[in-house]
Amino acid sequence: MSTTIRIQTEPFDLAAEVKALSAGAGAVAAFTGRVRGEDGVEALILEHYPGMTEREIARQVEEARRRWSLGGVTVIHRVGELKLGEAIVLVAVAAAHRGEAFRACEFLMDQLKTSATFWKQERRAGALVWVEARHSDGLAAARWKKLDQPR
Amino acid sequence: MKILYFAWLRQKIGKSEDEFALPEGVASVGGLAAHLAGLGPGYAEAFADVARLRAAVNQSHAGFDAPIGEGDEIAFFPPVTGG
Repeated sequence: MSTTIRIQTEPFDLAAEVKALSAGAGAVAAFTGRVRGEDGVEALILEHYPGMTEREIARQVEEARRRWSLGGVTVIHRVGELKLGEAIVLVAVAAAHRGEAFRACEFLMDQLKTSATFWKQERRAGALVWVEARHSDGLAAARWKKLDQPR
Repeated sequence: MKILYFAWLRQKIGKSEDEFALPEGVASVGGLAAHLAGLGPGYAEAFADVARLRAAVNQSHAGFDAPIGEGDEIAFFPPVTGG
């Protein structure tokens, strides 16, 4: 089954990406992460490690395919400057049934948060500050290690 | 060997990469970090607290005890914050 991984500055089309995955699939789960406007954040500026980022996401998709029976998988992550409300990331997973699609989608998002090589800065009142990694993201990714059995 | 820096590490060092021969006596990621810390004030600041840093060898996550060799691509960066 096909895997699509793209790192890009331009926006993505959620409907088109889901449609592209849908042929023959009983279920498609799609998660979109967006720029939150909390604490006066005006924009996010994202950078990544070209080459490693794609390889790391591909490794996580392979792991998801070992755990669940999946159809197409699409992961798109944007870099550069993103304004309030803009979509940052898309993880979309097709499968025969919803359980696999939901779980694989959450698994991929949790792994992406802790292993894909992206770094973001927040702009507040014109000043840029690097975002610190969250402990809760580490816990969310780690709990899958205890859930090695598929389903 | 090629050494890459990302996020605030790159800013403190003032460039995104270095390329030089494997320094004598350096055999691990941690050894390389200690060597880099001695290259100047920006490097010293970037590598002052290696517990805050992560590393990759040839585009795979690696611990500071991971062995390195000539021709490897080593990257240093803060914990990732994508998504």
